[in-house]
Amino acid sequence: MSQPTTLPSFWSRLSIAFGALFKSLGDAEFAARIRDDRVGPVAAPAPAPAPAPVPALVPTPAPPPPPLRIATPDAALQLLSLLQREARLLDFANENITVYADADIGAAARLVHEGCARVLKEHFTIEPIRGELEGGRVTLPEGFDAASVRLTGNVVGKAPFTGTLSHRGWRAQDVRLPKLAEGHDARILAPAEVEL
Amino acid sequence: MSDMNNARYAIGIDLGTTHSALSYVDLEASDGEQADQGVLPVPQLTAPGTVEAPPLLPSFLYLPHPDEMAPGELALPWTHDAPASAVSQIVGEMARSRGAGTPIRLVSSAKSWLCHPGVDRRAAILPADAPPEVPRVSPLEASTRYLEHLKQAWNAAHPEAPFEQQAVTVTIPASFDPAARELTAEAARVAGYGQPVLLEEPQAALYSWIQGSGGRWRKQVKAGDIVLVVDVGGGTSDFSLIAILEREGNLEPHRVAVGDHILLGGDNMDLALAHLVARKLQANGTQLDAWQMRALTYACRSAKEHLLADADAQTWPIVVPSRGSKLIGGSIRTELTRDEVTTFITDGFFPRVEAGARPATRARAGLTQLGLPYAHDAAITRHLAAFLGRQAGATSELEGFAGRVDPSHSFLHPSAVLFNGGVFKSAILAQRVMDTINDWLYMEGAEPARMLEGADLDLAVARGAAYHGYARRGGGVRIRGGTARSYYVGVESSMPAIPGMEPPIQALCVAPFGMEEGSDLELPGQEFGLVVGEPVHFRFFGSSTRRQDHIGDVLDFWGPDELQELNEIQATLPAEGRTPGDVVQVRLHAVATEAGTLELVAVDSSPSGQGQRWKVEFDVRGGEGQ
Repeated sequence: MSQPTTLPSFWSRLSIAFGALFKSLGDAEFAARIRDDRVGPVAAPAPAPAPAPVPALVPTPAPPPPPLRIATPDAALQLLSLLQREARLLDFANENITVYADADIGAAARLVHEGCARVLKEHFTIEPIRGELEGGRVTLPEGFDAASVRLTGNVVGKAPFTGTLSHRGWRAQDVRLPKLAEGHDARILAPAEVEL
Repeated sequence: MSDMNNARYAIGIDLGTTHSALSYVDLEASDGEQADQGVLPVPQLTAPGTVEAPPLLPSFLYLPHPDEMAPGELALPWTHDAPASAVSQIVGEMARSRGAGTPIRLVSSAKSWLCHPGVDRRAAILPADAPPEVPRVSPLEASTRYLEHLKQAWNAAHPEAPFEQQAVTVTIPASFDPAARELTAEAARVAGYGQPVLLEEPQAALYSWIQGSGGRWRKQVKAGDIVLVVDVGGGTSDFSLIAILEREGNLEPHRVAVGDHILLGGDNMDLALAHLVARKLQANGTQLDAWQMRALTYACRSAKEHLLADADAQTWPIVVPSRGSKLIGGSIRTELTRDEVTTFITDGFFPRVEAGARPATRARAGLTQLGLPYAHDAAITRHLAAFLGRQAGATSELEGFAGRVDPSHSFLHPSAVLFNGGVFKSAILAQRVMDTINDWLYMEGAEPARMLEGADLDLAVARGAAYHGYARRGGGVRIRGGTARSYYVGVESSMPAIPGMEPPIQALCVAPFGMEEGSDLELPGQEFGLVVGEPVHFRFFGSSTRRQDHIGDVLDFWGPDELQELNEIQATLPAEGRTPGDVVQVRLHAVATEAGTLELVAVDSSPSGQGQRWKVEFDVRGGEGQ
């Protein structure tokens, strides 16, 4: 990257950053220019776990505080497509269930449950964050990872904290989303079907 | 095969009827019985434009319509520089799922067609029920495509170790006849495999078990054991008997018998259940179309697995999803009960029969499909009883077993059983087979057989094949045994012809039982006159029981079960350097190749012939009368 002769101050950088962020969101051509000029994503922070293309992130010459990421839509669309293919999740969620008896909904829920479980098992490795039994007492040492453990209730005092584990939490150990062909339109979640 | 001496990997390929897989052993990282082994994830299309890499490659080929796919949607990791024509066919999971909706463009069970003696296996005949507009492929070509796909997957993952330079083993059913073996080897050669070695699947399963035991197999079997391998795959059932010998203090497995080709497997079971449920639905006025029928088959498979795994479950719900977007309103609900699964699967396919039971030969509805010669009797235990009964004397001439064969035994007594194939993920079915065999043994006052534990039911064949490639290089235990059949050609006897009757024929043994690989035997005494440029046909027979016949023996009579007629074979003397119409005297040789195939070779025996050799073709176009 070439060095500009006059560098913007911190506050003007912040303003540039937000301006570019919203302009990228609203203006696809602007975002494409940033991507193609190789200005923005070169310094893309925090690689996404999915093997999907790294998204056009906050496009500034300097890292803006606070850094906000925009999740890539491709991976999300891909996951929706898998959940529809294996579990008919879009059909299920879009159907008006008020007109059906619980037994009918239950039958469809079996399909959806089985399919969702298959997608999760095949494409993710998900494990509990805490190995302890729910309802048991746990002690959090000083410097525990606040991102993976959320404190609730009477949050006062200093670590180590002792409390009751109400949910074990989940962590994706591994993500294995399918690879996509160049030019594949991920927005097609399920093709229309025409029987000849 | 010289270039394979510096191979880095031993690659094993399970070319299955419904699934294929590739396993490998790193030769440099392996020592003795500690083989460093892996299974290759196989990148394949699972939906348009979507590539995933599961360990199994469904053996399905889909031939899409030119307008069916958007451009670029069929790209695979290795197709960037391939010609467009090569990427117009789909192999794997997407072929299978697409084919469910459009069966006229789906090639399935190519392996069963490859060993179907009644069709020309090099002719473009698949899909069998495709309209004329759909381009067809031959069974040979379809098998080649699966093998090519696995090769490309390997090369994409291991660019440093090109596939062609590795030691490759491809598995085949033990029951494959010489023609089907030859065709499999040809498919592998066309796919660019160089000179692959063929290995029988039940042997591969035993290799995998030996390797998986990490040396403890020597504690689980002992000299004098007879291991029965029961391999029920997706489309075929295959049996083998492997005796454990002791030679110079080492245990040596010795394959003594193989079963007949039985086109009957796990897919037949799922299909039978699906038809049962479809009939129930039909009685209530619900008609299923082909797409729903396929969905029902998958649902039945999952219900069957649950009911066979959980002895307490009495029913399992089955939901056939709607085709339209109304999931709740359009889905069809029903259930499968324990009684139905027991009646249909446990008692239908694995009935508790007596040792003297034999498969029925009457036609059976629900299992037949246009074209393939499916087994008429669905009872796998009856086929097993017939196999053990036929092989009652299989070990009589084996060293160390001589005194053990009791003529009063009505069948060969196995002492251990190894299961293979996804069907036996259900412990109930494996136990049913064990109980049935042990009933037979009990009736003859013998000790019960034990089940060999720790088999990997899905990937054992591919793993065992890779281990075999390693063992061939001196790295581990090898199974011996040679060819599992003796072969005969039909010669007209010199009896006077009787009007209205075919002249009686004699069977001349041209390849004896148990030929070790690399051996070359000459047929003594007999010379044949071949007419240059004119093909000569022979009737051809095989026997899985006549162990005592030597090459050159002539049989006048044989029992109805002793010899099976195979496709006729053909010798053609090329016209180069000769005058068409001349008669050349040749002798026949039988050669068991290092690659695991049998060859019959005609050798010019005239003084001026310099011992020229021609292969006798096993696969003659359009076999008849089978």
